[in-house]
Amino acid sequence: MQEIKKDLYLIDKAELLTVIMEKKNALWRLCQICCSYPKAENHYEVTYSFANGYDLVNYRLIAERDEEVPSISRVYKSAIYYENEMHELWGLNVDNIKVDLHDKLYRIDVETPFLEKEGE
Amino acid sequence: MGNRSIVPYGPQHPVLPEPIHLDLVLEDEKVLAAIPSIGFIHRGLESLTSKKDFNEMVYVAERICGICSFMHGMGYCMALEDIMNVEVPRRADYLRTIWAEMSRIHSHLLWLGLLADGFGFESLFMHSWRLREKILDMFEASTGGRVIFSVNTIGGVLKDMPADMLADFVKQLDEMEKEIRDMTDIFMQDYTVKSRLVDIGIISGEDAIRRGAVGPMMRASGINVDMRKNGYAAYNDLDFEVITSTKCDSYARCEVRIGEIFQSIDIIRQCVAKIPDTEINTKVTGMPNGESIIRLEQPRGEAFYHVRANGTKFLDRFRVRTPTFANIPALTQTLQGCQYGDVPLLVLTIDPCISCTER
Repeated sequence: MQEIKKDLYLIDKAELLTVIMEKKNALWRLCQICCSYPKAENHYEVTYSFANGYDLVNYRLIAERDEEVPSISRVYKSAIYYENEMHELWGLNVDNIKVDLHDKLYRIDVETPFLEKEGE
Repeated sequence: MGNRSIVPYGPQHPVLPEPIHLDLVLEDEKVLAAIPSIGFIHRGLESLTSKKDFNEMVYVAERICGICSFMHGMGYCMALEDIMNVEVPRRADYLRTIWAEMSRIHSHLLWLGLLADGFGFESLFMHSWRLREKILDMFEASTGGRVIFSVNTIGGVLKDMPADMLADFVKQLDEMEKEIRDMTDIFMQDYTVKSRLVDIGIISGEDAIRRGAVGPMMRASGINVDMRKNGYAAYNDLDFEVITSTKCDSYARCEVRIGEIFQSIDIIRQCVAKIPDTEINTKVTGMPNGESIIRLEQPRGEAFYHVRANGTKFLDRFRVRTPTFANIPALTQTLQGCQYGDVPLLVLTIDPCISCTER
């Protein structure tokens, strides 16, 4: 785990579930999961934000375009919506979401509308 | 075991101002599970960062919601100000706080009217919305708008409020406070209201946290967290206590919201008494480069703004996690075990805003 800025840590896939379990056991609230695909980086960045009272801490996972990231929906039920949203809007492959809505969260016809298509 | 059935609820329903669908798994009249489904009004506003520059995105942010429009613009501007190291003039902080609290009053009055209408308490609905109109009149007088205000800018605000206008607002709020007090006292003491809300839709503090609940939904379960205590805008100069309840039921959620109406009136009074005489905005130059996370306390709870800029006029990412998005998992928990007839009122006790949720 590497601190890349105040309260923002870079973690790898192997560390993710350990970190998530620690947060759950210490009763941290999952605030959000944010997916992005910065043009300059050419990979996904998935940021998990947790709050405890007024404290906030963020963990960032890097994933390549076709890489799968593990679901945390079995630990935090509220992650279901964030993970379905990431898959539907950004095309991020999330492995084993507890309730997979199969791209029907937002009922849109366009496939992965937020992800810039190759060659655009 | 009774008869099991699945009843679709919404997206069009008399108590729903906006479309959300629930599949209710029933055993006779008892709800065993509620499976929510959204997605009827997704607009993809976050993806406009590739077409609108960071200044234009202020106006996109405002259009996320027709109720919290001011606060969405404010949250976005605060994130950009953080990235660009802009110090906002103190008067602008106070003006933002006043408009934010006016937003809270009108949002809570709107919610109270809808809840009353859900009971069939139509005179309360009309009184509540009549009072809300006065707040909208104040918005129109001070910003020129009733729904979209366009007064936020990166570096401050675009319009000032003169002293006589502020004094007039306080006078109007003094008059409104008495009317709201009379109206809410009647509502909260009503036998029918109590019988439909007390001990219904219980969610414990621990469950509220585990389900990611925010705002009055969380505070009514005894969790003392209100993002205004983080001290953004002018809140670190103001004296107020977080309103909480330990009853954890639907009635407690109503108590917290009603308490916050009076708290907002008091905060506006404090702001008017303390507002400094400075500029209202700072000139901002250059392009944003960096990342910021801002959390605001909107009427429905904590809103989360995550902005990432890359040194060009187009942002890499603008993400908004709205309070209703966070409260849906907690809603499904409160619905488990309730009676079918309680579903409409339970949905209203989270004060859902689906436009915000889907962006």
